Amino acid sequence: MSTIPKGPRPKHLTVGRIGLYCFIIMCALFFLMPLYVMIITSLKDMDEIRAANILNLPKELSFYAWPKAWSQACTGFVCEGLKPGFFNSIKITVPSVIVSVALSALNGYALAFWRFKGAYFFFGLCMFGAFIPYQVMVYPLLKIEDFLGIYSSLPGIILVHTIFGMPILTLIFRNFYASLPIDLFKAARIDGGNFIKIFFYVIIPMSTPITIVAVILQVTGIWNDFLLGLVFAGRDNQPMTVQLNNIVQVDYGVAEYNVDMSATILTSLVPLFVYFISGRWFVRGIAAGAIKG
Amino acid sequence: MSMKNSVEVKNISFSYGKTEILNDLSLDIKEGEFMVLLGPSGCGKTTLLNCIAGLLDLTDGQIWIEDDNVTWKEPKDRHIGMVFQSYALYPSMTVEKNLSFGLRMMGTAKDLINQKIKKAANLLQINELLKRKPSQLSGGQRQRVAIGRALVRDAKVFLFDEPLSNLDAKLRAELRYEIKKLHRDLSNTMIYVTHDQIEAMTLADRISVMKDGLIQQLDTPKQIYNKPANLFVAGFIGSPSMNFLNAKFEKSNQNIIVGNKQIDISKYENINKLINDQEVVFGIRPENINIEKNENSIQCKVELVEPMGADTLVWTSVEGNPISIRLEGSSNFNLNDEINISFDINKSSIFDTKSEERI
Repeated sequence: MSTIPKGPRPKHLTVGRIGLYCFIIMCALFFLMPLYVMIITSLKDMDEIRAANILNLPKELSFYAWPKAWSQACTGFVCEGLKPGFFNSIKITVPSVIVSVALSALNGYALAFWRFKGAYFFFGLCMFGAFIPYQVMVYPLLKIEDFLGIYSSLPGIILVHTIFGMPILTLIFRNFYASLPIDLFKAARIDGGNFIKIFFYVIIPMSTPITIVAVILQVTGIWNDFLLGLVFAGRDNQPMTVQLNNIVQVDYGVAEYNVDMSATILTSLVPLFVYFISGRWFVRGIAAGAIKG
Repeated sequence: MSMKNSVEVKNISFSYGKTEILNDLSLDIKEGEFMVLLGPSGCGKTTLLNCIAGLLDLTDGQIWIEDDNVTWKEPKDRHIGMVFQSYALYPSMTVEKNLSFGLRMMGTAKDLINQKIKKAANLLQINELLKRKPSQLSGGQRQRVAIGRALVRDAKVFLFDEPLSNLDAKLRAELRYEIKKLHRDLSNTMIYVTHDQIEAMTLADRISVMKDGLIQQLDTPKQIYNKPANLFVAGFIGSPSMNFLNAKFEKSNQNIIVGNKQIDISKYENINKLINDQEVVFGIRPENINIEKNENSIQCKVELVEPMGADTLVWTSVEGNPISIRLEGSSNFNLNDEINISFDINKSSIFDTKSEERI
């Protein structure tokens, strides 16, 4: 038998709620404004950009800015658009992400489970490393790479990104592993696993959520990097961000705002895409690490 | 059970930094023996088990398993299997893979692995679960699989770290029975850590009661229950726990004095060891108190009745000390009934107040 509730059903839409929604919508509009301006500007031609208010919608759509930004815009003396930069960025990002995430997972695993003497000191060092502004290390690192003969090359920039990514990633992995039940590790040791076997057979299969977080952090971090790419990559391997800067910062001729806008959007598409497809995983992974440790 | 020792713990010490957990502890466990390490949390029982398993490095002493000094050997080389409180099943593997993991790590042949899994699965009745992941199992099933994982490795010594603590009461009783049966059929050496005295009493050949990293008493469950070595053991073992009365011994008439009451203890086994005016604690279990009137009985009032089905617990007090009496379930008492109670002296225990040791 069902019971009949007494009294009127409580109202869902109260004055407070409406106020809250208004506030949220205004915030959203405020943050979407730059994106709106970028998109409509990239769809106008130069005459219209000069003539009208930046918030006006384009009178007639013109798409010529997009292919120009991709393959014809001039970066310095070369006029090949962003395309080479895009592929350079891929060549830099993919190996850097793979190497730094793999090494950090191994580090985090060692720090969490194989408590060697001085592990806490090492952990503290990592913490410290994660918070030092990297500008401090740019010049010494440059000298080291020059000495090693990899300065201004693809391996050079990959090494730099790997080094700078590792402290924070090691921290993230260590904290995630520290939240796993230690009994699991003990059981694996009794079952005959050694350092490497336990890592591959037991730990890695459980690391999916945190690996996704690490990959997102690294992909966006490395893709968006400008300074390190400018300093370490060399002329032939300049990442997309550096080329974007070269397109936007014109020293001569006319600033083509529509081309600049479409180039900027193109450059930010990869991190945006990564966030959109992985947002759910990102939150889950962060939460998984946050339970303990 | 043979007389040969299966596990020998020789003068081991263990400390976390400066905190000493175990100090110069020794313990011999016979081949095929079911040894229970019992004690409150923080007594060092799990630490001792982890030391035997090789999961913690000793600060001093030696551990021998099957006539082999394993003090510095890896856990996998100690012929042990271990079952954990949290089950510790590998979440990404099926039950079958969980069971075979140890064998696969050792490079055992496939046929042999399948054969061993089949045998263990039959023994533990987990045949239908082999293809499932641990997350699809209930707590009881998970613990069966965890036991199976130790079984397939042909361990000589089984280590159990509070394996039933995460289960509900009914399952706990069920699995306790299974573990006992398993020991009967396999007759391996088993070392079992628990804080549950019922588990300890029902499973153990011998119990080692621990407190503060020291073994308080090492004996059969019967001896520990009936002749606890000291006040701690007496209070820890038994539920409801033993009743205690602070008293003074009078040699002339072989009485102890509790407040204004006198209790004749001339039948106590070690009465000769008591000296006149000695301060003692008189301990008596609830089932060793009878309701009857005689020249030695004490009159008191029923203060609380706890019917428990099979038996009934009646609470009263003697000179301000609460006393529980375990009676048949059919007995009928009401609040404030006048009763006369008498103690079964030859089943009582008397402790020295200062040393807390049994006399």
